[in-house]
Amino acid sequence: MNTWLVPLPVVIPLVAAGLTLALGGRSRLQGIISAIAITLVVLASGALMYLAHHDGPQVVNVGEWSAPVGISLIADRLSALMLLISAIVLLCVLLYSLAQGLADGNEGAPVAIYHPTYLVLAAGVANAFLTGDLFNLYVGFEILLGASFVLLTLGGTGERIRAGSIYVVVSLLSSVLFLIAIGLVYAATGTLNMAQLAERLGNIDPGMALVLQVMLLLGFLIKAAVFPLSAWLPDSYPTAPAPVTAVFAGLLTKVGVYAILRTQTLMFPEGRLDDVLLVASIVTMLVGIVGAVAQDDLKRLLSFTLVSHIGYMIFGVALANKAGLAAAIFYVAHHITVQTALFLVSGLIERRGGTTSLENLGSLARLAPALGVLFFIPAMNLAGIPPMSGFLGKVGLLQAGAELGTPLAYVGVAAGLLTSLLTLYAIVKAWNKAFWQEAPEPLPETSIPRSMFGPAAALAAVGLAFAVVGGPLSTYTASAATDLQSRTPYVSAVLTNGDRGDGTSDEAADDPTQDPSETESATDDATDGGDDG
Amino acid sequence: MEMSPALVLVLTAGALIGCGVYLLLERSLSRIVIGLVLVSNGVNVMYLVMSGRAGGPPLVGTTPTEEMSDPLPQAMVLTAIVISLGLSAFVLAMAYRSWQLHGHDEVQDDLEDRRVADRLAKVGTPDRADEGAADLDVEAAEARDETEETPLPSTSTNQPGLGAVETPARGGDAS
Repeated sequence: MNTWLVPLPVVIPLVAAGLTLALGGRSRLQGIISAIAITLVVLASGALMYLAHHDGPQVVNVGEWSAPVGISLIADRLSALMLLISAIVLLCVLLYSLAQGLADGNEGAPVAIYHPTYLVLAAGVANAFLTGDLFNLYVGFEILLGASFVLLTLGGTGERIRAGSIYVVVSLLSSVLFLIAIGLVYAATGTLNMAQLAERLGNIDPGMALVLQVMLLLGFLIKAAVFPLSAWLPDSYPTAPAPVTAVFAGLLTKVGVYAILRTQTLMFPEGRLDDVLLVASIVTMLVGIVGAVAQDDLKRLLSFTLVSHIGYMIFGVALANKAGLAAAIFYVAHHITVQTALFLVSGLIERRGGTTSLENLGSLARLAPALGVLFFIPAMNLAGIPPMSGFLGKVGLLQAGAELGTPLAYVGVAAGLLTSLLTLYAIVKAWNKAFWQEAPEPLPETSIPRSMFGPAAALAAVGLAFAVVGGPLSTYTASAATDLQSRTPYVSAVLTNGDRGDGTSDEAADDPTQDPSETESATDDATDGGDDG
Repeated sequence: MEMSPALVLVLTAGALIGCGVYLLLERSLSRIVIGLVLVSNGVNVMYLVMSGRAGGPPLVGTTPTEEMSDPLPQAMVLTAIVISLGLSAFVLAMAYRSWQLHGHDEVQDDLEDRRVADRLAKVGTPDRADEGAADLDVEAAEARDETEETPLPSTSTNQPGLGAVETPARGGDAS
């Protein structure tokens, strides 16, 4: 068994965060440590993905407390894929920000804080993907939110504080909602282990279960920025530094989508709120993209397309058939890389042109043709031009919608097509204005350091590579979706002995034949220690 | 295990969360912090309600197993307290920074709202029939930015965002 791999994506960044914090003054060393840590996470996630695909879900019971008592970390096909993609994205963004730091001479920015916070963010994201315990999911969310607050308000300029206060308050509110939901779930079922919840939630009163589902989804929908709850996103993201915006856009909302995916498939497979989600996803797609069309600032435009494309993923989840789930997972993987790449490129554009306002930009096609190529590829990928992965993901979703065949699903298909078209329009508008129109005033004479080009190009290439490996990847996502729908691989991997999991606490618990939750407090406290830092 | 919760706890949780939500809806960040603290404390009390009947300390050997209280919610509340402590500290720091920069700690308007208000103010005509033109101008001027002390004089060009760091304007529309 290689289960020692499972906690690594959480542990390595946390340890590295401590190290980099201790080495506050020496930014070069900090950068090296961060890069090594995230590279190790990439390797561990890759290995986990291989293992999860071939040997089934990898489970580790933290501290050897067996499953429903202790916290279990689970890497199944879905979470391993999410881990790998997010680790790759984190690595690219880290290299980009390192290059930016070198180019700028680390002046004016409190870089001493940047690396530890970034690593804590990585740990939080990994924890949210891996955990099999609802309360630990909350802790994971708080870790990544706390880190994201610091990153968003980095430097404490007026505009960032303005954007940050909205983001922080909304995030805290969603956390409180999630916390209340956890309390209610525990009161109703007596457990927070997701595998055990999958068994128990079916037995409680359906009305109560619906309340629990609504409460959980409400918290996650705010985090995922689905339409009525999405207004915070386009306002807060664009003000942060380019690498920070890129990693937020790529990962944070997707953690919300992942949580929705788990809730809907593992805990509440009856799909009683599918229609609500379907409507929400359709409205999200349309409202988001209409917002994007109206923007004249590149970063804000991209933020609105982000909201809009979250709608695609929720659409797949809400269809709740195997094809829909598979396409949603594929789309998440595609969208993480593409959106991040686009934000990185917009950072490069800002560097070259001095602004991201589409009114003031121009002539970039002549001045920086390489930048044009770099923008064009992920932009077309986002819009879903045929050979690319965006197209594959969208086709998968539309097919799944047609397969379901209800009127609402067809409305969703139509909305998806329209959104795709409008995305193309918005992106082409940005492309024309930034690259082809004559700049109203001559742009400043600067050049972009090659080292910043590299990571952005690498991410764009990863986005393209999804199209090349589209076949194997969609086989993988299809089997991930099968796992999600059948639920047994997950549940039986966690609760190996019927109602308990592996772990030495099993024998210890046999003696006092009492409510097993007693021992969990110890493990809970142990994990608490980790997240304070 | 009997499951009728203590009324006092339920009422306390309700009152705390209610007051907290009220404060969360305010514009001043320091009130929002208090609101957040109240809400999270209300939720913590709710966890006590949901943990069921009170009992002895859950230590094997000191309390018979039937009389133990459920320790898991207490562990969770402990975690939640730590987290909300850290995050409230962050919001406080942010409120202080906002006060340093602007002379107040109010959450400012959404950029888009400001733009829309700006545009309306520029055009000067009401879009909607149910509002008078004068009202709209006043509203737009207020909505644009509390930090700009001059509402709409034709002396200087109004550039949102530039005036943000300047003189601390006392909030005219203190709530």
